[in-house]
Amino acid sequence: MSQTVDARGLSCPQPVLIVMERMKEMGSGQIEVIVDNEVSRENVGRAARSKGWQVEDEKREGGDYHLLLRR
Amino acid sequence: MQQGRNIFSTTTGIILVGAVIGVLAAILQKLGNPGNMGICVACFDRDITGAVGMHRAEVVQYLRPEILGFVLGAFAAALATREFKPRGGSAPLARFVLGMVAMIGALVFLGCPWRTLLRLAGGDGNAILGLAGLTAGVWIGTLFFKQGYSLGRSHGQSIGTGLLMPLLILGLLILRLIYPPVDGEPKSGVLFYSLKGPGASHAPLLISLGIGLFVGFLAQRSRFCTMGALRDLILFRQIHLFTGFAALLLAAWLANLAIGQFNPGFAGQPVAHTQSFWNFSGMFVAGLAFALAGGCPGRQLFMSGEGDADAGIFVLGMITGAAFSHNFGLASSPAGIGPHGMAALIIGLMICLLIGFSNVQRVRA
Repeated sequence: MSQTVDARGLSCPQPVLIVMERMKEMGSGQIEVIVDNEVSRENVGRAARSKGWQVEDEKREGGDYHLLLRR
Repeated sequence: MQQGRNIFSTTTGIILVGAVIGVLAAILQKLGNPGNMGICVACFDRDITGAVGMHRAEVVQYLRPEILGFVLGAFAAALATREFKPRGGSAPLARFVLGMVAMIGALVFLGCPWRTLLRLAGGDGNAILGLAGLTAGVWIGTLFFKQGYSLGRSHGQSIGTGLLMPLLILGLLILRLIYPPVDGEPKSGVLFYSLKGPGASHAPLLISLGIGLFVGFLAQRSRFCTMGALRDLILFRQIHLFTGFAALLLAAWLANLAIGQFNPGFAGQPVAHTQSFWNFSGMFVAGLAFALAGGCPGRQLFMSGEGDADAGIFVLGMITGAAFSHNFGLASSPAGIGPHGMAALIIGLMICLLIGFSNVQRVRA
């Protein structure tokens, strides 16, 4: 199962909150998370790892960051 | 492509940043800043409000260089790391009003979350009530977030908009240089200077500014946030930011012990009162406002330096709140709460609840 979370423009703690909820709902699978600032990139990555998900890929496209989470 | 690692935002990094801030705050106090107020974002914003004459409480007027340094240091850090990003447009008026309420609450307690820790580190037992109130306020804030509270998305803004806060701060610094304090004079050019009280207690300009710039740089890199520390602990059971918060407290306490600034007790503490319920309630309302706005007052300053116009609006709200606090008798003094402090807190709480409940929505992400 693969889903996308677009958390651009949302401030702390919303990107992490939304991604955590999605991880909980899915249990396992793949989530692509799009954020537009470095802080959210760090926070989402940290939260994912703390819940046993892997940050498989991170890339910057323009002003956005795309993170690929998998478990 | 793997992104570069930011060592400041690791847990080790944020612990070191918290500890450095704690020690520097103790040193600033030793060098002249008011008691248990080496750094206080709310108090120092309030002093700046007085320095530019927006309130006329003669004992709290000084254009605090630390605050200027915070914004400019964060601005420099953001530029240096390509994180300067003009953005804004997420419910600016709500953020402005939250800034006002946060300041009014903080001035009932007499301190922001930073000073809450510094007061504890100096032995002020009244700050236990402040910390409890702050925690309770942030907890209520997390309940809103769990229900889907959001002030909506921000959007990219022009470079000019992003530069406004750093430029405004730079303008204040230029005013400070053009109109330095004159011995025995309450005014120098357009700026007001306290001759007695906390506003008259300050470390030398270059030291205050230098430490402010350094802390601004470190805090931008590490994302240090005292409200976030409690929020993430409550909301996610994450201790990352909290380790920095705890490190600040511990380091400031040890530094105070080392330089003879630790004086445990409740009565007679510097720039503090002993009305426990109102110490709790002031920080409760402030904590809720900080949580709903997404950052402690320090973090809002740092983000404003990164080009976040919404954070800048919050800061301007705090400045306005400080003006009302002193003009309307809402702020406390060592004698106790102001004549209208209770009414202001009740209204502030109602405003927070209005903003909280009316912005519960399900953001489609």
